Amino acid sequence: MPPTRTPVSDTLAGAGRGVAVTLTNLHRSYGPVRALDGLTLDIAPGEFVALLGPSGCGKTTALRVLAGLDDADSGRVEVGGKDITSVPTSARDMGMVFQAYSLFPHMTARQNVEFGLQLRRIPTARRRKRVAEMLDLVELSDHAERYAHQMSGGQQQRIALARALAIEPQVLLLDEPLSALDAKVRVQLRDEIRRIQLEVGTTTLFVTHDQEEALAVADRVGVMRAGNLEQLASPQDLYARPATAFVADFVGLTNRLQAIAEGDHAVLLGTSVPLLPGSAQRGPVLVLIRPESIEVTADPTGRATVVSASFLGSTARLHAVTESGETVVAQIDNDSVATFHPGDKVTLVPRPNPALAVAAAE
Amino acid sequence: MSLHATRRRRQASFRWAVVGVIGLFFALPIVAMVEFTTRAPGGGRTLDTWATLFNFSLIDADYPELKHGVLASAGLTLVTVTIMLVMLVPTMTWVRLRLPGLRRLVEFICLLPLTIPAIVLVVGLAPVYAWVAYFLGESSLWLALAYVILVLPYAYRALDAGLGAIDVKTLAESARSLGAGWPTVMWRIILPNVRTAVLSAAFLSVALVLGEFTIASLFSRDNLQVAINLLGKRDSSLAIAAALAFMILAFVVLLAMSFVGSGRRSNRPEEN
Repeated sequence: MPPTRTPVSDTLAGAGRGVAVTLTNLHRSYGPVRALDGLTLDIAPGEFVALLGPSGCGKTTALRVLAGLDDADSGRVEVGGKDITSVPTSARDMGMVFQAYSLFPHMTARQNVEFGLQLRRIPTARRRKRVAEMLDLVELSDHAERYAHQMSGGQQQRIALARALAIEPQVLLLDEPLSALDAKVRVQLRDEIRRIQLEVGTTTLFVTHDQEEALAVADRVGVMRAGNLEQLASPQDLYARPATAFVADFVGLTNRLQAIAEGDHAVLLGTSVPLLPGSAQRGPVLVLIRPESIEVTADPTGRATVVSASFLGSTARLHAVTESGETVVAQIDNDSVATFHPGDKVTLVPRPNPALAVAAAE
Repeated sequence: MSLHATRRRRQASFRWAVVGVIGLFFALPIVAMVEFTTRAPGGGRTLDTWATLFNFSLIDADYPELKHGVLASAGLTLVTVTIMLVMLVPTMTWVRLRLPGLRRLVEFICLLPLTIPAIVLVVGLAPVYAWVAYFLGESSLWLALAYVILVLPYAYRALDAGLGAIDVKTLAESARSLGAGWPTVMWRIILPNVRTAVLSAAFLSVALVLGEFTIASLFSRDNLQVAINLLGKRDSSLAIAAALAFMILAFVVLLAMSFVGSGRRSNRPEEN
């Protein structure tokens, strides 16, 4: 019988628990490699921020510097307005869940969750209550006496999350905690992490290379490149209004299509498209436009030719080639995929959603 | 089917033959020792030698070198194992955590004594021990410093295997992020997880120290093997009885240590 969940206690309730985190001008080099190159990041109290980027962009280094597991060459780390740049890890009051399974193998789930509380000399009765609450929070009360090797990867990461939260950390740090899990468990645990974070209200920094994960759970997502933030914005803004070509390319699928910019709009596939601020404004440009921003109509007189149409479950995707030889990817309804065949003529019309334009040479 | 059964029978016979040959190899000298120590002067069998060995007041009075040797070896075992563990476990853990580039160098240094014969070590250690004797006295316990060097290769291999079997970095960082200082990380996280490796290292060190003769003899220090050697010049039967008794004792101690090492894991609930 599944355990019944008890209401979250006062100590667990999130109201007012989050603190602000500020990373200022952080630099960190490993030999010739600049892992952090002047990174500055502000996280509001109780906010859930995800750092997203390709391997080697510095996202994990940023998290480790915040945790105190790595030292910055220069820069400043502030939590709750206090400079903690030179405070050792053990005194930083941060809970962390790692990419690798990190439960102490010689301890049961309960002992793992209890460990941080024992170090803080919490009285036994309060400690036990807290452990029970935490195990309940991650819905693993019935696994309290199990060792790590008796639990699945997802269960281990949930216990690791309970252990990190048990100490009521000022900041919760998640270092790709889902990357070792299979796809289904990953989605379940991802949603659970968000539920728990909203419940406890702890300021959270989540590092991932999986854009879907980042967009699904975070209040704001920071896309990192070469040790710095390219853009920090809400998932919706990041997707709909990318600040740079890198962000547009990295987050979601993007077409790069030739166009002519004329001030705040560009003429693309014969249609005028509004341009996002920061776009190139004159002459030949490349417009970065999402597949869902292109409408496809079957038209024997159309100027594009279907290459393929793929069914993707909840949606479908069509590849077409324009007269000028550009490949365009467009999103279509999944039930219309059968109506398009390779060689069919179609008309492609950009929807009037703002798009980013970069100089044609970029 | 019958071919399979014949093959299995043949394999089983071969296994038993191998076990039998090895058993004989170990048992024969022990049987010979028992036979030698139970010979009566006029022929026949007697347990007089064994009775003398277990008459501690008689041993204390008539064979003081044996008592000194036993005490010295017990002390040496304890000090050697302690120094080895205190020195090696934190060093190897630290190298894995913070200085992975030094791992090969540390391994090379630790394995080096394996390539140096004990007699050569003695030549090198002689001037050092002259100073040790001058400043710290002639106690046999100082041999532990040399013995730590002798046990390094075996202890290193055992500990390296143990540390390699766990994710030292992640475990240490998890504990640190939960508020643990380095002593807590070592004592409550790393050590319990390399307990079997630590016991193996201690196990090998005990065996090596209890059996060491060359260095102690050449430095004219007391230990069990030196005492048994001396005793052999006065009473060969008693010396063989002592050797056999301490071999059995060492076997029991090592067996007990190996049970301690595997005890807790077997108490864990079954995986389901």
